[in-house]
Amino acid sequence: MPPVGTETNPLRVAIVGSGPAAFYAADHLLKHDGLHVEIDMFERLPIPYGLVRSGVAPDHHKIKSVTKKFAEVASNPRFRFYGYVEFGKDVDLSDLRRHYHQILYATGAQTDKRMGIPGEELNGSHAATEFVGWYNGHPDYRDRQFDLSQERVAIVGVGNVAVDVARILCLTPDELAVTDIASHALAALRKSRVKEVYLLGRRGPAQAAFTNPEIKELGNLAGADAIVLPEEAQLDDVSRAALEASDDRATRKKVEILQAYAAREPAGKSRQLTIRFLVSPVELIGNAAGQVVAIRLVKNALQATAAGTLSPIATDSVEELPAGLVFRSVGYRGAALPGVPFNERWGVILNEKGRVMDPETQRSVVGEYCSGWIKRGPTGVIGTNKSDSVETVNCMLEDLAEGSILHPSAPQASKMEELVRKHQPRYLSFADWLRLDEIEVNNGRAQGRPREKFTRIEDMLAAAGR
Amino acid sequence: MKIESILATKSSNVVTVRPDLSLKEAVDLMAEHNIGALIVVDEAGRPIGIISERDIIREAARTEAVFDLTVSRVMTKELITASPEDDLETVLQTMTARHFRHLPVMDRERLIGVLTIREVVEAQLDRWQGEVDTLQTQISEGQV
Repeated sequence: MPPVGTETNPLRVAIVGSGPAAFYAADHLLKHDGLHVEIDMFERLPIPYGLVRSGVAPDHHKIKSVTKKFAEVASNPRFRFYGYVEFGKDVDLSDLRRHYHQILYATGAQTDKRMGIPGEELNGSHAATEFVGWYNGHPDYRDRQFDLSQERVAIVGVGNVAVDVARILCLTPDELAVTDIASHALAALRKSRVKEVYLLGRRGPAQAAFTNPEIKELGNLAGADAIVLPEEAQLDDVSRAALEASDDRATRKKVEILQAYAAREPAGKSRQLTIRFLVSPVELIGNAAGQVVAIRLVKNALQATAAGTLSPIATDSVEELPAGLVFRSVGYRGAALPGVPFNERWGVILNEKGRVMDPETQRSVVGEYCSGWIKRGPTGVIGTNKSDSVETVNCMLEDLAEGSILHPSAPQASKMEELVRKHQPRYLSFADWLRLDEIEVNNGRAQGRPREKFTRIEDMLAAAGR
Repeated sequence: MKIESILATKSSNVVTVRPDLSLKEAVDLMAEHNIGALIVVDEAGRPIGIISERDIIREAARTEAVFDLTVSRVMTKELITASPEDDLETVLQTMTARHFRHLPVMDRERLIGVLTIREVVEAQLDRWQGEVDTLQTQISEGQV
């Protein structure tokens, strides 16, 4: 038998998930000189691309152009896509071990963290990710209801998801109508009565997670004035000292932009987007009907940790902010996969540099790897997954060179296809996705939009003839 | 970005040493685990210092029989620790400014890891490289 990774005995790799980390890993494996590899990618939805499709905001169309690169990867004849095939349901770990030398998990981190405060379960309190999935047409969130008849909305957090949610709530129907936002969300947002949106940051302007382009974008919205309270735009003593001691020009610029927003008069646009700092929610207040009506906030001060980070500590000062709709965006975690060791502390697969680790032996599990958010947690931009996946793939290649791989009893591609056909006869190929893609783009073009998304699994399957 | 992202992809096993061990034993441990520093812990497992290869070299320049000394004689007693919630950039600044190559990470009272300056710099470089790659893709694939 020739060695694994040669023409007559290719390395067979299963990738679970089809977002950026999955495609970057596939790309790096397929480009590796002298390696003959066959990749099967499994996705529980019928269609690929993970958060590029269901996470990136609809008005950030350029960011989605990375899918062209992923489609190029998928065009390699040694790559195969199995859409609508769920790991743990349609195929399980024992199936993959019988058919592949290596298994890579790239399933992301879609579970949101709770705030852990009273009132979080009230009607009108939601995870920001549910709203993001809803407006981006993710089938899991297609039928969620958000009460956009409310006039005041509070978003807890100032990371990029929080900023996206605030911006989508503040864009005008005309601005939204030229994006690939899901049609049901566009229709609902056209009727939105939201007038005031609050972004709530627990630290100060210098520590806010959003980037300068993001914050500039908020200041240039056609239908909403960006407002910063003058007293919150001023740096506290510890922040000022820390900023003066560093040569961080980006943060200085960010503070300048926010202070400029605080200094300018609102132009009287139909909506107001207020960015608050140094406040943490301590309770959601409801009415007799169980509907959230306000959020109780405690003012924070900043204190340096031993390692220098300025972290918030609550003061005695409390205020109530009326809000009929609350979105939390305070962090995300991955979900455990059946049979795969999980690190509860960080909400990731237990791993070292992408090698899945056995919690008992503290040794790596032969043939199992992870990359992306399920490996390192939800951090970075799309491109961050490239170096992350390269690190994991390099571990896979090292292990292959040392013969530390699985020894599947049925490594032939046809055998796996037989199994998938048996367990999920309605699976979609990448060619099926390309047809769906074309339909979406054509349907969108007729309305002057980049695409009109399928948002129900049955519609996707029907369009693909399943 | 918080430093917990670095900790998420590395072993949580921290190699520790007791203060009454000899430097020879400490050096053997460092060689065995291929690491440049050990966290010194008391009987209850609480960190009370750190001993690095630099500490040992400095002492070796002064003392002929350096290996016979105890860890407690040579270790750095003023231990600065980080928490998983600390910002990557701040930690990088602190380690650079204070010439730390190793930074123990505590979760409340528990020692959960040691970050090296190399890991912190690599994480920062990966972060920037990720932004560069994202922008390059938008330029080459998008309609810019």
